[in-house]
Formats: sequence, structure tokens, C-alpha cells
Amino acid sequence: MQDIIVEAFRKALELIFSGNSEVYATVYRSLYVTGLGTLLSCLWSIPIATVLGLYSFRGKWLIKGIFSSLIGVPTVALGLLLYLLMSHMGEFGFLHLLYTLNAIAIGESILVTPLIVSFTANALGAADVQLRDLAKTLGASNFRCNLAIMRETVWSMVLAVSAAFNRGFGELGVAMIVGGNLLGETRVLTTSIAYETNLGEFDVAMAYAIILMAIVLTITLAINLVERLRQREMPWKK
Amino acid sequence: MEVRLQLKNVEKSYGSVKILKDINLEILGAKTIALLGTNGAGKTTLLRIIAGLEEMDKGSILFNGKDTSGKELRHIATLVFQKTVMFSLSVYGNLAYGLKIRGKKDSEIKEEIARELQTVGLRNFEKRKARKTSGGEQQRIALARAFLLNPQILLLDEPTANLDPYSATIIERAIMRIRGKNIVILATHNLSQAKRLADEVVHIYDGKIVEVAGAEEFFNNPRSEMTRKFINGELDY
Repeated sequence: MQDIIVEAFRKALELIFSGNSEVYATVYRSLYVTGLGTLLSCLWSIPIATVLGLYSFRGKWLIKGIFSSLIGVPTVALGLLLYLLMSHMGEFGFLHLLYTLNAIAIGESILVTPLIVSFTANALGAADVQLRDLAKTLGASNFRCNLAIMRETVWSMVLAVSAAFNRGFGELGVAMIVGGNLLGETRVLTTSIAYETNLGEFDVAMAYAIILMAIVLTITLAINLVERLRQREMPWKK
Repeated sequence: MEVRLQLKNVEKSYGSVKILKDINLEILGAKTIALLGTNGAGKTTLLRIIAGLEEMDKGSILFNGKDTSGKELRHIATLVFQKTVMFSLSVYGNLAYGLKIRGKKDSEIKEEIARELQTVGLRNFEKRKARKTSGGEQQRIALARAFLLNPQILLLDEPTANLDPYSATIIERAIMRIRGKNIVILATHNLSQAKRLADEVVHIYDGKIVEVAGAEEFFNNPRSEMTRKFINGELDY
């Protein structure tokens, strides 16, 4: 077992530095579908979260509960549903999206929506009461109050979006079912891992897994570092 | 014309609990009023209603004779909260927030902030992160933030609670400085502070006003038995 892991690390380094174009293309495709999916999701998730976090209305608890429970939706179930919708017989078959990178991106945008909505709405809701009162007593309109609260919780939103990116980056079900794992076309890191494992090429599979983990770790640590620097009171700022 | 604030039959409940019961109060002129009462008497709720942050269930608030809505009250009154709240901005950003809303020029804002910070003993604090300052400093920043807006009614909810004597003294001096310029309503447990700062004292107990009197008369010659007990620390609550 230890040999496989050591060999995997060696293979991972070899794959990264070998100049193998398919490896780079696989990493690029993974970043593309997840990046596009997360960005697309932000277009609707953040407005939905803002409404859920900042406004009171009947049934809000139910909507929040539905989004929270959908965070753990099985990716294969979502992949299957999207496959049926995107196949020739499905409602969106005419768009010819199946087995394309855009199909995976759309799937991931739907997959990460509950996560962005829940995390952001909760952050806005938690920050709301005292900050709203403060902004109000300083003469802010409701619109300005909302802006102030959103500014205060912007970092929680960044964390929600980065968590969503990580969830999308590491998912397999949607990418496999609607992407089809076509070599040179829709093969991404997670489908490569599954494919190489099926072939018994454990060191290659492990190497892809290490690359995937390294990217997720780098992005998360970079965001945390920025947050730490932001919180710090720099001597030159005094 | 002298400023005039009138509270007429103000009532407020949270669920089945009545917090304020038929509150009637008139403040004529730019006086400093101490709102005294035990914990849970309704002082904070009353301040929040006057600040326009809370809707009353019944009654009305008149400012200079005009029935005034919560939205209008928010432009007239500013509340300094007991538990200080700071935006995650610099001290300057916190102080400038209300002034920017009022459309003041940056040069004016800068000048006024520097002056006000000096008043509360926080000279050159502009670039510090407000949330990284101490509790006493934050309370002084909150007070400076309210002073800068020069509200016609300044509401202070226990402004020196849990503060060290130095910070408390600075805050009291700052309050003294605006005496006679605006209506100041100060909720406090601190009887000697009320004695030092207030022109008039309002004693509120269990959501009802028990006594309103000039500060001297209130402490030397209370009319109600409940007030006498409260002053002597005998009021059970």
C-alpha cells in the first residue's frame, strides 16, 4: 500500500512535469467546468440567498430547509436527472448539450446552488439584526442597510463560493453521466481517477487524485491567507 | 422655538408579555433626561421606540407637535447601543458612515472626525480597525459617531456600563459638552451618574412610568414610595 502511495507521488510529479498535454488539458477542463459552473450558480444563488437572508416572508423556513437538505443531494441522482433532460428524448435535447463540457458546467452549477444559497443566507441572517439597527440609527435607508450587511458578510460569501467550487471540483456523478468521460473531450480529473482505477492503473489514478487535492488545497489556503491578511492590522495602516 | 418631544399612550408587547404600559412623557427643551429603572423595566425598549427601531403597538410620538413615524424618528434620533456594534471598517469608516449618508463632503468629514476623536480622547485613531479597539474605546467611538450626526434627540443606552473609570469619565464629559444643545435621554442604573448628568429623571418600573421629576427633587425628595425604595436599593425585582 505504502509503495502505491510513494509511486503515486512520483507519478504525480512525473505527470505534472512531463509536459503531457492530456494531463494539462484534463486539469484545464476540470477548472473550466467547475469555474463556469460556480460562476453561473452565483448569478442566481446570491440573489436567492439575499432574499432569504435579509427579508422575512411566509414559508421562508421551508425554502431554507429545502435548500439545506439539497446540499447533500447525490451527484449521480442529479446526473441521471440531467441526462434524462438533456438526452434526445428529453426536454432540452434540442440544445445538444449531452457529452459536452457545458453540460457538466450546467450540472455543477445546479449541484452547488443549495450550498451557496444556504451558507450565504445563513451568514446574512446571522449578521442582520445588530448591524441593521446600527445602520438604521445612523440614518440609512433599507437599501443602504442591506448594502451594509452584504458588505459585512462578503467574506462569508467568498467562503461559500469557494466551498461550492471545491464541491464541484471533486464531484464525479454529474461529470461522468452528462459528460461521458470522452478522452480529449469531456474527461476531467474525477472521471480520470474513476477510469484509471477501473483499468487497475492505481498509481495513475492516485496521481490524478493528488493533483486534484493539491488544487483544492491551494485554492482554499490562498483564500484563507487573504482573509488572514485582511483581518490583520498592518503597522503601516496605523 | 424650544424642541419638544411627547410620548402619548405608548404601549409595546412581545408576545403575551407587556413591556411598556401606557407611557406618557413630555420633554420640553434641550434637556438631559435620565431614564432610571431596574433590569427589564422597559428602558431599552422605550429608547428603541424613540429611535424608530421598534414599532409601538399603540400610542404616538410627537416631535415639535407633529406626529412622527418610525422612519422620520430615525432622522431625528440616534441611539448609542449598550453593546457596541461596529462595522468591520476602520474607525474613520465607522465615523464617516452616517455623515456620508447625509451627503457631507470628504474634506468636511475628515475635519469633523479628527475633532470629534480628540473630544473622546482617541486622537489619531482614524486608521485603526474599529473592531480591534478595546471595549472602552469602542464605546467612545460609538458616542463620537452619534455626536457627529448632531441628532436632535440623542439616546444613550447604558453608555458606561462595564467600562473602566477613565473611559466612563471621558464619556460623561462628552455628554456634558452637549448638555443644553440637544435632547439627551440616558438609560442607566448608575444613580450617581444620573445625578451628575441629568436635568430630569424618569423612573420606570415594570413598563410604567412611576415618577418624573427634576434631578435634585427626585433624589432628595421622591414623591413615590417605589422611587424611594429604588434609590435606597430596597426595590425587589
